[in-house]
Amino acid sequence: MAARPRLAVWKFASCDGCQLSLLDCEDELLQVAGEIEIANFREASSAVVDGPYDLSLVEGSVTTPEDARRIQEVRAQSRRLVTIGACATAGGIQALRNFGDVEEFRRAVYARPEFIATLATSTAIRDHVPVDFELRGCPINKAQLLEVISAYLHHRRPTVPTGSVCAECKRRGAVCVVVAHGAPCLGPVTQSGCGAICPAYRRGCYGCYGPQDTPNTAAWTAHLETLGLAPDAIRRVYRTFNAGAPAFRAAGDAAVPEGG
Amino acid sequence: MIEPGSSWVFPRAEFPSLLAGLERAGYRVVGPTVRDGAIVYGTIRSVGDLPEGWTDRQEAGTYRLAKRDDGALFGYNVGPHSWKKYLFPPREQLFTLRRDGSASFEVTPPPDDEPPLAFLGIRACEIAAMRIQDRVFVGGGTPDAGYARRARSRLVVAVQCGQAGGTCFCVSMGTGPAVRAGYDLSLTELIEPGRHDFLVQVGTPEGAGVLADVPMRPATPADLSAGEARVARAAQSMGRTMDTTGVHEVLLRNLESPVWEDVGRRCLACTNCTLACPTCFCHSTEEVPDLSAERVERWRRWDSCFNLSFSELHNGSVRATVPARYRQWLTHKLATWFDQFGSSGCVGCGRCVTWCPVGIDLTAEVRAIRAADARAVPPEGGPAP
Repeated sequence: MAARPRLAVWKFASCDGCQLSLLDCEDELLQVAGEIEIANFREASSAVVDGPYDLSLVEGSVTTPEDARRIQEVRAQSRRLVTIGACATAGGIQALRNFGDVEEFRRAVYARPEFIATLATSTAIRDHVPVDFELRGCPINKAQLLEVISAYLHHRRPTVPTGSVCAECKRRGAVCVVVAHGAPCLGPVTQSGCGAICPAYRRGCYGCYGPQDTPNTAAWTAHLETLGLAPDAIRRVYRTFNAGAPAFRAAGDAAVPEGG
Repeated sequence: MIEPGSSWVFPRAEFPSLLAGLERAGYRVVGPTVRDGAIVYGTIRSVGDLPEGWTDRQEAGTYRLAKRDDGALFGYNVGPHSWKKYLFPPREQLFTLRRDGSASFEVTPPPDDEPPLAFLGIRACEIAAMRIQDRVFVGGGTPDAGYARRARSRLVVAVQCGQAGGTCFCVSMGTGPAVRAGYDLSLTELIEPGRHDFLVQVGTPEGAGVLADVPMRPATPADLSAGEARVARAAQSMGRTMDTTGVHEVLLRNLESPVWEDVGRRCLACTNCTLACPTCFCHSTEEVPDLSAERVERWRRWDSCFNLSFSELHNGSVRATVPARYRQWLTHKLATWFDQFGSSGCVGCGRCVTWCPVGIDLTAEVRAIRAADARAVPPEGGPAP
C-alpha cells in the first residue's frame, strides 16, 4: 500500500473554530484518517510527525513578526497550502486594526505594552506566501473542507461555488429579507457556502464568506442607503469578519465620503 | 355527472371536503401558506394552512404581506416560490456510481418513492410556466426522467386570479389571468356580500374524481358570469405592461445597446431573478465523491446565467461582465427562447421584478431598449437623426 499523503494543520491569529471543523467531521473523520496521515494537528494530538507535508491547512492571519517568519517555514514544508477561514483568507475580524492605530491600542489595553510584539496590520496568508486554494468562511463549512481535502487527494480542482448567498436562499426556499422586510443584508455581494443560515432565520447576511466573485458593492451600497442606513453604518456592515477582503475594504472605504 | 367541461359551485365551508378528496386520491397537497412574512408554497394539511385573509403588496424590489377583510383563501398574487421547486428541485441526486472492482461501475438511480403531488392554487401564468418547463425537460429528445415522472403524476388545481399585483403583466404575455388550459380543476373564489363560494370547472377525469364527495350544485349562468367578472377585474388591474411587438427582432438588433451597460451598473449578479423565475431552468451538475473516490454521487442544482462560473469554459468565463450576463438572460428569455422552444420564456408573473433586491424591472429595460432603438433606427423613409 502506498504511503498515505501527510496532512498538517497550522494555526496563526484565529479562534480555532475553522480547524475544529475538521474534528467536527464526526461521521467522516475515520475515513479522513484512513485516507490521509494526520501528521501535525496540535488541536487534535500532541504527537507530531515532522514535515514535509503533502497538504497544509492554514488557519489564522499574520499579526506578529514571529508569525510572518513562521508562515515562510510552513510554506517551505508544504507541497500544497490551503488557507481555511476568513482570518487566513482576508485577515479576519482582527483586520479591523488595519483601520486603527495599533500603537494606541497597545498602550490603552496592556499594563506593560513593551512586552507586546505585534504588527500594525492583520493580513491574509496570501499576502506572505503563495497559496494553492483559499477556503472561505467564518467559520468554514465542513462539507466544503472535506471537498477540498478530497480534491487534493485526487488531484482535481475543488468544487466550491463562488456566486452569491442569494442562490442558497432561493435553493432552500428562504424568503428574501431585503425584499420582504427591508432588512440590511450582505447576501447579494457575499459568497455562498454557509447555506444562507442567517436569512433563513430572518436576519440579514453578515458577509462571513467574503465577497462573491462579481460583487457590485457600489450598487449595493446605494441600495443600503435607500433602506435607511447611514454612511457610517454601511461602512460597519462591510467591516466585519472580512473587512480586509479587497472588495469589502474598498466598499467600506467608499461608503463614507472623503472627510466623513 | 361530474364530467370534464362541467362547472359546479360549493360553499367555502366545504373546502375541507375538497382537500379530503385530494388526500383520498393519494395526493400530497402543496399550496400557498404564510411563512416568514410571505406567501410561499408548502404542504397543505388543512384549510388552516392556507393564507386565509391575507394578501400582498408588491412593487419592484419590495413585497409586503397585508390583511384583507373578506377572509379570501386565495386573495393574493404570486410570491417568492414557484412550482418549479417541486418538478425541478433545487438540489436533486441524479444517480450514484460505485466502482464494482472491475473496470466498470455500478449505477444506482435515486429512490422513487414520492407520492404524486396536487398543486393547489396554481395561477394561469404559473400553468403557462409549467408547460414551458415541460417542453424544456420532457419535450426534447432526451426527457429528464425525474421531471417526467413527477409531471406525469401531478394534479393541477388552478385558481383564477381575482386581482393583479403591482408587478403582474400576464395580460401582456397572453398567459392569463383566465385559466383556459392545462388544469384538472379550475377554481374561482366568489366573494360578495353574504356569499363566499367556489366555482369549480372540471378539466379532466382525474379532477372529477377528487370532487366525488364534495357537496356541490351545478353552476348557473350567473355563477359563471360572476367568475368571469372577477377575472376581468384582475385583467384590468395589471401593475405592469410590456409591449411584445417584434421584441425578438428589437432585442437581437440591439446587442450593443448602451442600455446593457446601464442595467449592468445596477445589477448585483445575485441570481435572485432567475431562481425566482418559474421558467428559468439553468442548472449545474456536480460530482460528490467520497474521500476514497470509490463512490460518487451526481447532483444537479439550480444555477444561473448570472453566475460568473456558469459560462466558464477552459481558462475563463464567456460572460465575465455583468452587462453581458443581463443581456444573455433578457435576450434568451424574451427572444431566443422562441427559436429554442417555440414560445417566449416569460409568462408575466413579475417575480423577477419583485424579488430583485434593487428592483430592476425587465418591462422598463425593454422600454429603454425600444427607446434607444427608435433613436438609432430612423423610421422607414425618414431622415437619419
